[in-house]
Amino acid sequence: MELDRIEKLLSKYFEGSTSLPEEAELKAFFLQDDIPAHLAEYRPMFTYFKKTKQERFTKVLPLQEEKKLNSKKWIPWLSVAASVLIMVGLFFGKGYYDQKQLEKEKAQYAYKETKKALDMLAENFSRGTEKVAYLNEFVEAKEKIYNKN
Amino acid sequence: MQQSDFLKIVTPFQDKLYRLAKRLLVSREEAEDATQEILMKLWSKSKKIGSYNNVEAFAMTMTKNFCLDRLKSKQAGNLKLVHSNYREEGSSLQKQVEANDSVTWVQRIMEDLPEQQKMVLQLRDVEEYDFDEICEMLEMKPTAVRVALSRARKAVREKLMEKHNYGIG
Repeated sequence: MELDRIEKLLSKYFEGSTSLPEEAELKAFFLQDDIPAHLAEYRPMFTYFKKTKQERFTKVLPLQEEKKLNSKKWIPWLSVAASVLIMVGLFFGKGYYDQKQLEKEKAQYAYKETKKALDMLAENFSRGTEKVAYLNEFVEAKEKIYNKN
Repeated sequence: MQQSDFLKIVTPFQDKLYRLAKRLLVSREEAEDATQEILMKLWSKSKKIGSYNNVEAFAMTMTKNFCLDRLKSKQAGNLKLVHSNYREEGSSLQKQVEANDSVTWVQRIMEDLPEQQKMVLQLRDVEEYDFDEICEMLEMKPTAVRVALSRARKAVREKLMEKHNYGIG
């Protein structure tokens, strides 16, 4: 009868050397209603294993919270973005400032050159009038000669 | 990873995590909290989930480590609390009624086993994992698993015989 086999399986079971199918066989046997008296003592073990496997985890996981965490992950990057903006600003700002300064210098230079040119013109003008003063001598002398005649 | 994808991975084994946690922590609420915390940890790592070849075994190992840490800090910190919890449980009428049921003897007997034996018995005889998986989950060698399993089964049998012979309940 199969009782022999069950007893052999049981002793193997307590040595920890049964396979999963063999253990399934044992479980099936002990879940039956009619079990010989000398084996009835083992029954609570197998019934308990089966019963406890029906316990369930009933809590709901608050997985949505994780999305908020995800958005918070960006916060450290804000400082990076800000410093990049500042650097870009400095880079282009410096260029713009330098350009303005250059324009100013050019204008100053042009002003100086123009002034120099005008000064030169004025100087030559006055020198010119001096020469014309000599001409006046001529005119006077000529008129004296004309008047004598 | 989407929530639904994560739940699809986790749902088949979340009850097993809970039952292992309950085996170790005994209290139902603590086991629920522990399981929730472990699953949330797993969710926070969900991007890496593809790189674990066995998510279930990984989660089991997490559960084992988490609960053992819990027990350690409990022993170190609030022994009193544990004690009062235990008394409360013992005095509740429902528990007393349950204790009369021969099946819950087994539960009581398992509570007294060393942690390692509890876990091995839980994973093998309740969850029906094969030895390789149990070795991976508990980070133990195959021979150590077999020895612990054999001891646990024999211890349960011995206690069960005692109760049976003295006719408690």
